[in-house]
Amino acid sequence: MDPQPQAGKASLQRSRALPQPGEGPPPAPRLGAVGWVRQNLFSTWYNGVLTVVCVWLLYAAGTRVLAWVFATAQWTVVRVNLRLFLAGRYPQDQTWRIWAVVLFVAGLGVASWAAWNAARRHPAAAWFRRRLPLAWFLSFPVVVWLVRGGAGLPVVDTSLWSGLLLTLLLAVVGIVGSFPLGILLALGRRSSLPAVRALSILYIETVRGVPLITILFMAQVMFPVFMPEGVRPDRVLRAMAGLVLFTSAYMAENVRGGLQAVPRGQVEAAMALGLKSHLVVLLIVLPQALRAVIPAIVGQFISLFKDTSLVAIVGLSDLTGIARSILAQPQFLGRYAEVYLFVALVYWIFSYSMSLASRRLERQLGVGER
Amino acid sequence: MKQTGGTPFWRDVRFWRVAGQVAAVVLVVLVAAYLYGNLQHNLQQKGLGLGFGFLRLAASFDIKELPIPYRPSDSYGRAFLVGLTNTARIVLAGIPLATLLGILIGVARLSSNWLVRQLSLLYVEVLRNTPLLLQLFFWYFGVIIRLPRIQSRLELPGPVYLSNRAVAVPWPASTEATGAWLVAAALGLVAAFTVWRRRTRLMVERGGGGQPGLAALATLGLALGGAWALTGAAPFAWNLPRVADGIRFEGGARLSPEFAALLMGLVLYTAAFIAEIVRGGVLAVSRGQWEAARAVGLRPFLVLRLVVFPQALRVIVPPLTSQYLNLAKNSSLAVAIAYPDVVSVGTTTYNQTGRAVEVVILLMATYLSISLFTSLVMNVYNRSVQLVER
Repeated sequence: MDPQPQAGKASLQRSRALPQPGEGPPPAPRLGAVGWVRQNLFSTWYNGVLTVVCVWLLYAAGTRVLAWVFATAQWTVVRVNLRLFLAGRYPQDQTWRIWAVVLFVAGLGVASWAAWNAARRHPAAAWFRRRLPLAWFLSFPVVVWLVRGGAGLPVVDTSLWSGLLLTLLLAVVGIVGSFPLGILLALGRRSSLPAVRALSILYIETVRGVPLITILFMAQVMFPVFMPEGVRPDRVLRAMAGLVLFTSAYMAENVRGGLQAVPRGQVEAAMALGLKSHLVVLLIVLPQALRAVIPAIVGQFISLFKDTSLVAIVGLSDLTGIARSILAQPQFLGRYAEVYLFVALVYWIFSYSMSLASRRLERQLGVGER
Repeated sequence: MKQTGGTPFWRDVRFWRVAGQVAAVVLVVLVAAYLYGNLQHNLQQKGLGLGFGFLRLAASFDIKELPIPYRPSDSYGRAFLVGLTNTARIVLAGIPLATLLGILIGVARLSSNWLVRQLSLLYVEVLRNTPLLLQLFFWYFGVIIRLPRIQSRLELPGPVYLSNRAVAVPWPASTEATGAWLVAAALGLVAAFTVWRRRTRLMVERGGGGQPGLAALATLGLALGGAWALTGAAPFAWNLPRVADGIRFEGGARLSPEFAALLMGLVLYTAAFIAEIVRGGVLAVSRGQWEAARAVGLRPFLVLRLVVFPQALRVIVPPLTSQYLNLAKNSSLAVAIAYPDVVSVGTTTYNQTGRAVEVVILLMATYLSISLFTSLVMNVYNRSVQLVER
């Protein structure tokens, strides 16, 4: 019984210590610095030419950019307005609430990361890891309460939400709000009822066929005329509604991809067990489908995060909008390159770190390998 | 054991299927009716009706960029048409340029040269992870507007003139010989393609060299030489830009700063996405295919042309279509830098007339038709590259 696995294990250990001929990949050739350069930069004559051209381009562009950054550019506009960029016109005496939000989210992030990595060793961590989506979902109302106020905190009017704060809020509200709507639309699109399917397809394809700016424009100018008299949602709320309506169509397509990835056998097995059809969807299909589309949803979030900059066109003061209003001040006239580069850097840091995290998550979930 | 009463209707799945659909439709109709009622009430208060009659009224606003004749005394409909033409111009110019640049950078991402690989990665990661709107602002306000004035313009070989009022590039102009040259070039291309396919097939079937590329080039050269002999003139004359009176450009193609910035922003942004699609498509072709193609003795170029590229195209074309659609939709950001595209004209129309519903409907219809048309064209192409299963 026992010897065979033992022998297998032993041979595995031996092979790790000293590869047998014909086992494993060939050993990587040892290259010195010169060898590396020759192999990676000058392997053929055209690679050599390319390398020389690239080095020359890098040198020419690099020296000019560095000279501009350190000599020509005047970064006072960024230093003076840093608070405006990040927190916008949020009242000075309430700034602690934003710090509280940052600490809360950072704490949750660290806890998630720890739980994710320690799940193998500690049952408590494993328990928390399984409830991570729920924890993040429940943190959303807490964040909204901290930012908006009410229930003990003074209310901060939405017209004062601006800067990076507004950008992040718009993106988060957009993705959270579009989640239920997107799932409903995806289920509707896969439904066997022709009328429900037709309505879902009509909505999804119409929204995906038009640019976001038209939807935002519609949200700003058309919502008021469709509301009963006296109901006038403010500009930020209207933009949020527009973003949710827009994102839910894309979310529906993501979720549909996940639904299609659930094998038929799962549904059939669940029905054979006697589950009712809504329970089949809730307990069997959706959990598997949503797990498969987590990376796609992160991608959606990144793209939404970048797209929120469009609300600047309809007159909101998100990060891009604040940049424009700072540039309109007479003392900062003409500092376009500095301001836009700084704002672009902020967007870049967020998007790039999210896409790195998403790639890691994808590997860990093993979604791509099925 | 026969059931006497039959299944009660609330246990019959057929009933629920119909009921569910009726409920969904009724719900949608009720919501629509409620919104429509609100709309009627609100419009009555403003003294407006619904209808597209306003399109015949005089627009009385100026448009800077006019591909078709337009005066402020023309109608809103005409102004809308100008916007439509401007959108079409940017999309038609942007798609081929973005495709070319995207393929170039996608191939660079796969280069065996480490430096080229890193530089193209940098390009892709920077451009993909910042908002397009910001990039447009940067190119327009940070670069193009800051170019010197016409009096002290930058001059590139060509001549290409760069200034903050216009970018002027040479543009081909037709002559009497152009028609003959076009016919000869078309015939030559068809003949060259036929020769190439034939010789390639011969080469694949019998092995050995057939020089398909050389033969095709010779055929094309023969056709163009014939055209030269026939007309004795160049195919077209270059219409070169020049500076008149030191304050404006004449001749050539003159791009407005808005058009130049929008085109540049759209092409650079979309190319980053196309590059990743191209890279993914080439990587999706399994190593075995490369190795097998080389093992049967195909030359490197033929390995790409006959084995790798047809398989990569199957993966590339569907996402490429959605990138083209994205480019068309993103061209609506023109409104932010005051390029008079269809959204920009629509916004001005709304500001003047207050016709929110009609303007939004017109804009949506425009983009839906653009999307539908692009999808149609690309679907036809997609069908031609997809695997034919037996």
